[in-house]
Amino acid sequence: MGLALALENAGVPAIAIHTHVFARLAKSVAMANGMPTARQAFVPQPLVDKSAADLRAYIEGVDPVSKRPFMQEVIEALTAPLSAADLKGMGFERSTPRLLPPDSEDNLHRMFMENNWTDFLPIVLPTEERVEAMLKGTSQPRDKIVGRLRPTDFREDWEFDVEKVAVNAVMAGAKPEYLPVILAMASSGLTARSSSTTSFAAFGVVNGPIRNEIGMNSGIGAMGPYNHANMTIGRAWNLLSQNLQGGSTPGETYMGTLGNYFAISGCFAENEESSPWEPLHMRYGFKREESAVTVFRGGRYMQSGFGPREDWEDKLRRCFAACEARQSPLFVMDPIVARLYEEKGFNKQKLIEWCAENARLPAKEYWNEMWVQTLIHPKAVAGVEPYASYLKAAPDEMLKLYEPAEINIVVTGGETQGAWRIFEGVRMKDCTVSIDKWR
Amino acid sequence: MTGMLTVHDPRGYPPVVQGKRLAQRLESLNGKTVYLVDCLFDNSAVFMAQMREWFAQNLPQVKLKDIQPRESWVDDPDMRAKVVAGGDAAILGVGL
Repeated sequence: MGLALALENAGVPAIAIHTHVFARLAKSVAMANGMPTARQAFVPQPLVDKSAADLRAYIEGVDPVSKRPFMQEVIEALTAPLSAADLKGMGFERSTPRLLPPDSEDNLHRMFMENNWTDFLPIVLPTEERVEAMLKGTSQPRDKIVGRLRPTDFREDWEFDVEKVAVNAVMAGAKPEYLPVILAMASSGLTARSSSTTSFAAFGVVNGPIRNEIGMNSGIGAMGPYNHANMTIGRAWNLLSQNLQGGSTPGETYMGTLGNYFAISGCFAENEESSPWEPLHMRYGFKREESAVTVFRGGRYMQSGFGPREDWEDKLRRCFAACEARQSPLFVMDPIVARLYEEKGFNKQKLIEWCAENARLPAKEYWNEMWVQTLIHPKAVAGVEPYASYLKAAPDEMLKLYEPAEINIVVTGGETQGAWRIFEGVRMKDCTVSIDKWR
Repeated sequence: MTGMLTVHDPRGYPPVVQGKRLAQRLESLNGKTVYLVDCLFDNSAVFMAQMREWFAQNLPQVKLKDIQPRESWVDDPDMRAKVVAGGDAAILGVGL
């Protein structure tokens, strides 16, 4: 859609074709770009796994949105004379007020829910007093711009300041002392509420002294839901993502078909005191005594196990083969597991390198993965290595899935079991963020 | 509970939207160069290949050129420039 609009701007008539479930989204994107009558045509969902004959039938059939012959829509989109609306486009301002009109508590709760400003769990209403109290959690001025977010690349960026973050932190039930962590996550540029059809979520890992200062849990039940700070910080990041980016409304600004429970709250702390290894944030240039949060995109696939046991190498190879190629893993382990790997002669980097070397898939399976087809195949065709060489691989050749730099390890948990999990956790560029600068 | 409350609006600040016009349309596609842009979503290449066949059978006077961005979800200015320089119109599919 963005490309079609850019071509129109450059004087080239264009039509974008979507599947019919994207009709509302496509319309709202065109509107938000000032070109509400941008031409679009629709075919039935899905395209995936449909044969050439099936897709030809779509082309020769009826547009399920307009109910007109599909190719008639396409040709007329490029040749029919323009209307006055087409020639003008539509500009507008959508200012949002600082305060809402006074109302009863019940009515306000209803309004927040009906406007999709909540996660459908009870919220704390952001009264002026509560927001003032929240703002005492940072020395930063309330009108300082924190960042910009959008639900996906082709939508417009919305901007927000410290006060807007504080408003959403209040709604999540957070305490003022958590605000620097929440501001750091908000400033990362990564939305916790992407509109991706694939339903990825986002989560944060907190390192440094602030973990203990605000009472985060990195012991028993570290990954939830047994701690106020962990839960409300993660929830605040999700609420602020949906509200500050212009929404996360199904069919319009959210298209994830399955949804994701990580999108309720995803935040935990590393158990630095019990880990034999350097904490996560030190890998990304921070000192142990500095506080930082690393935000990850993911939370779709998950593998788990215990040990390492005698067959740990086979087990890990099976787990990695079941992970999605390109969507790199976060290896989370209890301190017991980390120490046992240490006894086997692995430090953290050595274990990461072992994982990268052994996370492999036969070429025939690798090239059939959706992400690989969509994102890696074009690079391979363009000659980008190592993917270009991967294209030449024999069907049974085992191809590496990840580079060491893409794999992260975090130690957390309460040592009641030697448990570990490998789950999707893609660290986005520059997404280990200082918390101290937001104090 | 019976009192009136004043609360903050939780939404961010949306950008001002400037209205933009559509490009001038063609009188006909006959003899014109139309780019078929494969947006690289799952199976979109097969769909665009079928689109090409449809044109070949039904509107053979249309000159078609196939093109792809360098990857999905990423703006590709070089590809855009090629379409603008050499195309009279563009059909993009499938997906946002």
